[in-house]
This record gives sequence, C-alpha cells and structure tokens, in this order.
Amino acid sequence: MFAPLADWASSLEALTEHFPVLVVVLPMLAAPLCFLVRHANLARAIGGLAAVACFAMVVQLLGRVLDEGVVSYRLGGWPPPLGIEYRYDLINTFVALIVSAMAAIVIPFGQNPRAFAVPPGRHNVVYAVYALCAAGLLGMTVTGDLFNIYVFLEISSLSAYTLVAIGSERRALMSAFSYLTMGTIGGLFFLIGVGMLYQMTGTLNIVDLSERLADVSSVRTLSVAFAMLFIGLSIKLAVFPLHQWLPNAYTFAPPKVSAFLAATATKVAFYVMLRVIFTIFGRERSFEQMNLDRILLPLSVAAMFMGSIAAIYQLNIKRLLAYSSIAQIGYMTLGISLNSESGLVGGIVHLFNHAVMKGGLFLAVACILFRLGSVKIEDMRGLGRRMPWTMGAVLIFGLGLIGVPGTVGFVSKWYLVVGAIERDLHVVAFLTLVSSLLAVVYVWRLVEVAWFSKASEGSSAQTVREAPLAMLLPVWLLALASLWFGISTDHSAGIARLAAQQLLGTAP
Amino acid sequence: MRMRENTILRVAAKSLLPFFFLFAFYVQFHGDFGPGGGFQAGVIFAAGVVLYGLIYGVDAAKAVIPKPWVEVGVALGVLIWIATGVATMLEGGRYLEYGKLDVAHPVHGQHLGILFVEFGVLMAVASGMTLIFYLFAERGR
Repeated sequence: MFAPLADWASSLEALTEHFPVLVVVLPMLAAPLCFLVRHANLARAIGGLAAVACFAMVVQLLGRVLDEGVVSYRLGGWPPPLGIEYRYDLINTFVALIVSAMAAIVIPFGQNPRAFAVPPGRHNVVYAVYALCAAGLLGMTVTGDLFNIYVFLEISSLSAYTLVAIGSERRALMSAFSYLTMGTIGGLFFLIGVGMLYQMTGTLNIVDLSERLADVSSVRTLSVAFAMLFIGLSIKLAVFPLHQWLPNAYTFAPPKVSAFLAATATKVAFYVMLRVIFTIFGRERSFEQMNLDRILLPLSVAAMFMGSIAAIYQLNIKRLLAYSSIAQIGYMTLGISLNSESGLVGGIVHLFNHAVMKGGLFLAVACILFRLGSVKIEDMRGLGRRMPWTMGAVLIFGLGLIGVPGTVGFVSKWYLVVGAIERDLHVVAFLTLVSSLLAVVYVWRLVEVAWFSKASEGSSAQTVREAPLAMLLPVWLLALASLWFGISTDHSAGIARLAAQQLLGTAP
Repeated sequence: MRMRENTILRVAAKSLLPFFFLFAFYVQFHGDFGPGGGFQAGVIFAAGVVLYGLIYGVDAAKAVIPKPWVEVGVALGVLIWIATGVATMLEGGRYLEYGKLDVAHPVHGQHLGILFVEFGVLMAVASGMTLIFYLFAERGR
C-alpha cells in the first residue's frame, strides 16, 4: 500500500515540500508518543528530537521565504480559500523561528524533577504537554486560516494551563485556574470576533478575508468584530490592564515552564494581533477609522511604567521578572501604536529580543532554584560569588532589559524611540527612556543582592555550587545570543524590517 | 437509599445501555463522506460508560473498561489521526489528502481516510471523557 521507504527517503526534495506542515505535525506526533512511552528520559528524547527537527525545518523555511517570498501549503490538497492553508511569510516564519528555538532550548535539557507536582515515574507527561503546547503555538503562527488560529489557540492555551498547574507549589493550581478563566474569556472574545467576520464575508482564509473586507461597508459590525478580536488578544497578550493572570502564572509555574511561556505564548498572541490589525483590517481601517493608536498608546505607556514600578517592589525574583514582562509587552504594543515603519520594526524586533532575554532569565532562575531551593531575592545574598556563571548571565540579560548599548534591548528601544520621534511624539520617546531607568532599579536590586551583600551565616547561599553544565548551557546560549544580536542586527532587526514592510504593504 | 437497592434504576439502565453504544456507532458511521461525527459518537459512547458507573459503581465500570486502557486510548486516538495524515504524505499526497490512500480509486481513499480519522477521534474523545469521569469519581476516596 505504501511506497517503498528507501525510495521516499532518497528524495529529500519530496520531504522539504512537506516541511510547512511537518513543523506542526512533528510536535503533535511527539505528544502522544511521549505520553505512551512511560519513561521520562525516552519522552525527553522524543520531545527534544521533535523540537530540534522543528527548529531546523523553520530555519530552512525562513531561507525559502527570504528567497522566494510566501510559501503556501494546502492541507488535504484543498485549494484556499475553501481549504485550510499554511502560509509562511516573513513575520510568521520569524515568530515560528522563535517558538521552535525556545522549544529546542527548553525541552531537550531536561526538567528539574522537584519543580513538578508529578510523581517521577510519570514525568513523561510533562514532555507530552510541552510538545502539545509547542504544536499549538506553531500551528497558530503558521496557519493562514482564522478559525484554525482559534483551534490552535485552544490547544496551546489548554496545555499552557496544564504546565502551570503541575508546578510543585500548591498555589500553582490557583494561579492556573485564574489563567484558565482569563484565557478562556480571551479565547471567547476572539471566537466571537472570528464569527462576526465570517458572517460578513463568508470566508475564514486570512488573505481572502482581507480582500473581501475592503468591500464591506457596514462599519458598525466591523468595529464590534475588531473590538472583540482586539480585546481577546489583549487578554492573551497580557496588555495592561488585562494582565492580571500573568504574574501569578509565571511565579508559580516551574521556572522552565515560565521561560517557555514567557518567550513564546505572549509572542504568538502579539503576532496574531499584528495579523488582525495590519493584514486583516489594514493600517488605514485600524488607525483612521478605529483610532487604535489612541487606545493602545496610553495603555502601552501605562504598562511600561506600571510593570516596571511593580517589579521594583517584588520579593520573589520570578514575580519580579513577570512584572517586568508586562512592561516589556508594553514596549511591543507601543511599536504597534506608533503606526510607523520604525515603530513596527521596534515592536517586532523586541518580540525577538524579549524572548531571548526573558527566556534566558527564567532559565537562569531555574538554575538558582535547582541549587538554592529558593527564588526569594533575599535568599540570593552573595550568590554572585557562589554561582558566577548563572548570575553573570542574569547580569547580561538584566543589562538587556535596561537597554544598554551592545545588548539586544538597546536595538529595540532605539527603533521605538526613533519611531516616536518620527511621529513627533517626543513625550512618548522621553517616557520610553524614563521607563528604562526604572528597569535599572530592579536590575540593580538583583546585582546588589548577588554581589554586594554577604550571605548570612549558615544560609545555603554560602555553600551552594554552580549549576550543572546541562542547565548552564541553554542559559549561556541565550546570553551570547543577546550579545550577538545586540551588535549584529542584520538577522534580527533586518528580518524585522522586511517583515514590517510586508505587513504595512510598503515592501519595495 | 443505596443505589444497589434501587431496582428500577438498575433495570432501566441495563436495558438502555446497549442502545447507548448502538447509537454511538450509528452516529459514527452515519454517512460515508461526511467528516464529523467522531466527537459526538465518542461523547455518547462515554455517556454509556458514565451511566454504568453511576448506577453500578465506578469499580464495576473500571472492571469493564480499565483505567489504563482509557489512558492509552487518549494518546492512541490522536496518534491514529496523525498517522493517517502521515500515511497520505508517504503516498505522495498532501497532509490528510485522503484521495491518495487508494491511488486507483481516490473515492475509496476518501472513504478510508475519513474512516481512520473519525475512528481516531472517537477513540480519543470516548477515552478522554471516560478518563475525566474516572478521575473525578476517584477524588475524595
């Protein structure tokens, strides 16, 4: 019945043709396998292999997209707009690259068994849920069908709630429940918006939808649909003031889960928001008819300040990082609300940069928790001397959060400030810089505790050893990436610029 | 009153149960080309198991359909669904392009593909629903 396998393997060409769908199918295939093998390390190998293969395929696809333009794959052979199409253009291939890279960094290096409330014998379940979450996020990113986005949104969200809920602290359950409640409301808003668009146009394919919407004159239904989609995605993205679920979820989830979710889940929500605003509704409609910038700009600035100020007062390093994430999401949405090419480049490149920095920081926290057994900042006194590599990486990422030149954070802030000045929004540019100073305060707290205070007598911070190499490796991979992409911006900001031009329709 | 003394419920449930499962399979196999049906059939099937568990006790239900089975069933159902897609790719088609499953008769291929995929969905949903019921019933014991 099947063609000979050797025949199939020999023609790699035939396989590359299927890369667009395999990016989603492979982790989805890995998930039930991880569940069935009932052996933690075997599951880790399967999940890790799938994640690494995904990353390799996305790299190949990014090259193809840069060379040839849009890559489209018809599921089941049905032509779009009737059938579902996986559609790779610059922006979503870029996001898929981040998601698959994070999966390839988090899954293969193993999990701290004490961080999960799952008995050690059933740890394969953790990898199954990771793989499922990655499959959902990648699916959301690469699909060209709006309803398909919703389906994958639910897959990724449900597995994300699970990942938070199996954290070893009892409060993880409560925070997962509030995450679930808010996430479901967000998903519902999104679904209602999709339904309204479908009712008005009779299509769910994003490209087809954007063409047909041009002829729709009923502005009121359109405004409501836009509002629904925007609010739903704002909850998922944790835009201030819809961010309440985020600090608890990131604080009580196992740190590697926080690293994975912080670097991927909100980023994919941001990507879908870009799609809705720029591809489906278009720049003119979103900004001139709906006045999006008047809503999003104040909210972004508020998020930058509120997140950073709240981060300053935290006693728990994970909660500090979670509040800092809210501020960083503010920078990303600021990039949208500036409604200019530079602003959008800033937003998109910050999506990448923040994934690198916050993913790395949470992975460093995983090292600290593994050795120290605590994530309270006061327990970290003098830790810089005992765990120099871990805390050194924290410092590099911290400088990135501030936006010091030579780190990735500087690149995104540069574009945002340039974008604000181009639009004559000098106040916004000024506020962006001021909020960076707030980041100095909370990063300095970590530096002061780790290097300038002595470990109290008899505390475990006096005796801990450096984290094992398998945990340091991913952290330093990201730390070096944050330095590399801070200096050589061809690949991050270069692709972000092309993606922004594609979204704005100003591509040369 | 204890459930085991409640003769009317026990007799009524016992006579109804075959129809639950029959109806589940009717929904599953109704129509040859129509995608969909697997989910509903799975829920109806699981409802039969749940009813049995409610009337005769969870242990009796687990004796008929053991918990390890349903755990495997959840994963296996998803696996069948994905494997169908992979099989169509191995046959040179696109993912889930059922027509390629039978090259000589694409229409037969469509039959086959939908049959496999819906069987996977039935299995995953029925197992999932039953598993949720078992897990809740186990709480507080």
